[in-house]
Amino acid sequence: MHPAPSVIIFTTLSGLGFGLLFFLGLGQPAVTGSVAFVFYAIAFGLACGGLLASTFHLGHPERAWRAFTQWKTSWLSREGVCAVGALAVMGLYALGAIFMDSHWTLLGWIGAALSLATVFTTSMIYTQLKAIPRWNMELTPVMFLSFSLAGGALLAGAEAVAPWLLAIAGAVQLAYWAKGDKALVASGTNLGTATGLGDRGSVRAFEPPHTGSNYLLREFVHLVGRKHAQKLRMIAFVLGFALPLLLILTPVQGIVIKHVFAALAVLSHLAGVATSRWLFFAQAEHVVGLYYGKR
Amino acid sequence: MTELPDSTERKMGLVIDLDTCVGCHACVISCKGWNTENYGAPLSDQNPYGGDPSGTFLNRVHSYEVQPEQGHAQLIHFPKSCLHCEDAPCVTVCPTGASYKRVEDGIVLVNEDHCIGCGLCAWSCPYGARELDLAEGVMKKCTLCVDRIYNENLPEVDRIPSCVRTCPAGARHFGDLGDPESDVSKLVAERGGMDLMPEMGTKPVNKYLPPRPKDQIEDQIDILAPLLAPVAEEPQGFMGWLDKALDKLPGGAN
Ligand code: SF4
Ligand code: SF4
Ligand code: SF4
Repeated sequence: MHPAPSVIIFTTLSGLGFGLLFFLGLGQPAVTGSVAFVFYAIAFGLACGGLLASTFHLGHPERAWRAFTQWKTSWLSREGVCAVGALAVMGLYALGAIFMDSHWTLLGWIGAALSLATVFTTSMIYTQLKAIPRWNMELTPVMFLSFSLAGGALLAGAEAVAPWLLAIAGAVQLAYWAKGDKALVASGTNLGTATGLGDRGSVRAFEPPHTGSNYLLREFVHLVGRKHAQKLRMIAFVLGFALPLLLILTPVQGIVIKHVFAALAVLSHLAGVATSRWLFFAQAEHVVGLYYGKR
Repeated sequence: MTELPDSTERKMGLVIDLDTCVGCHACVISCKGWNTENYGAPLSDQNPYGGDPSGTFLNRVHSYEVQPEQGHAQLIHFPKSCLHCEDAPCVTVCPTGASYKRVEDGIVLVNEDHCIGCGLCAWSCPYGARELDLAEGVMKKCTLCVDRIYNENLPEVDRIPSCVRTCPAGARHFGDLGDPESDVSKLVAERGGMDLMPEMGTKPVNKYLPPRPKDQIEDQIDILAPLLAPVAEEPQGFMGWLDKALDKLPGGAN
């Protein structure tokens, strides 16, 4: 799949933002007043910025409101509904925390649930696609959720759970790569089943239908970036999980250094997750590539 | 609405004969010609006369080589367009309801006025049957020439999809695959028509007829061959002397 920057930015930032909203909704940290304002500004900035970025790749962004109508069947539509719901509920909850010094617990819980639901629906947009075996795995939603929770915990300064969540997210990442590398073969789809000619002999793409490129090749067949995949995986893993874990577990003196380390951990995690997301797209093989003798 | 109908009254679709298709691409051109000036937005081209031309097409013809374990390789031309799947993933993923499957004939269409061009339906189609038009920003796909097949302004002979009307080899057939008595259904039954990527669970309506086995080349195909066998395997006489003499020259024998 073509790793479009808009989608990578969207899933990375909004995953982090909704992760933070989840923790804020649970009252972790139970901030009020101007401190709360900063926390909520960061969370909403990330979540909304991500959502805005996702509209950049639309052909007709002005009709985007229609995307809320088909929640009965479409995960993309459900994502839109959940995102707006989460932002609205958490917006109300934030008003309470910032201006009224109060935490409406039930509202917070609903907001937290909707925030996680948003991340889940995002992941299901990819998971549902049988045509992309590397995404069509149970581990895909697990990965999105674990990343979002780990990032949210880091940002929320939830010191008790953050190391665990980071470790889990790192492990899920490794498992996802290991399983994903076998997904296309395991799906049983190959040029033989694609053409229906497989039982007659070995099928080879002899001549493509067109001499130039087309939408399908640009969108679905991305071979260039896969060359450095292993190196990028190392970078993603170290930046995303190992380094942040090290940074928050290192015992340091003084509140300033502690905050600097925490900030570095967040930035490192963000860069790592963005790299991982790039790979998520660049390495995903759409079966239509088979028709072109590519994968 | 992006909920798929439980069943459709008819299952209109194409049957494509891989045995007779000669790979002329006439169906590709006639498809583009008809569809660029009829249903919905035109099928745009980008940089058509430049160094890197590309454009929107609803039908494309691939060519494959099949090498059996024994014998000669076979070249097979392979036209591909939307298969109007019964369990069409492209319909259910659509967030706007722009993508839908018609109850009356099973044709899968895009309402271009509602499409936001998110591209998700093209992602979900295993066959690459949908292309986002870069000029219009909306999704384009085969309409089964819905604006021809019921069009009473056209002579009856033309009320079939443009590609079927055009194919010079008679490799494309159009009809109701939901009716076991239709010509196309009989053809599929007789020739062992097949689904593409059945493991994807899309239940395509369009069927492909596999190539018939090629004639076998017997050991002796020409009854005159024995009479034309070379008289002398080794050159004799003057030719024999010349052959040996040339061999002796530097670089001669090999
Ligand atoms: S071939 Fe592709 S576009 Fe056509 S109905 Fe099936 S899934 Fe949808
Ligand atoms: S590109 Fe258009 S038809 Fe396809 S899923 Fe998006 S809105 Fe629906
Ligand atoms: S017009 Fe007929 S013979 Fe020519 S490529 Fe199309 S299906 Fe094949």
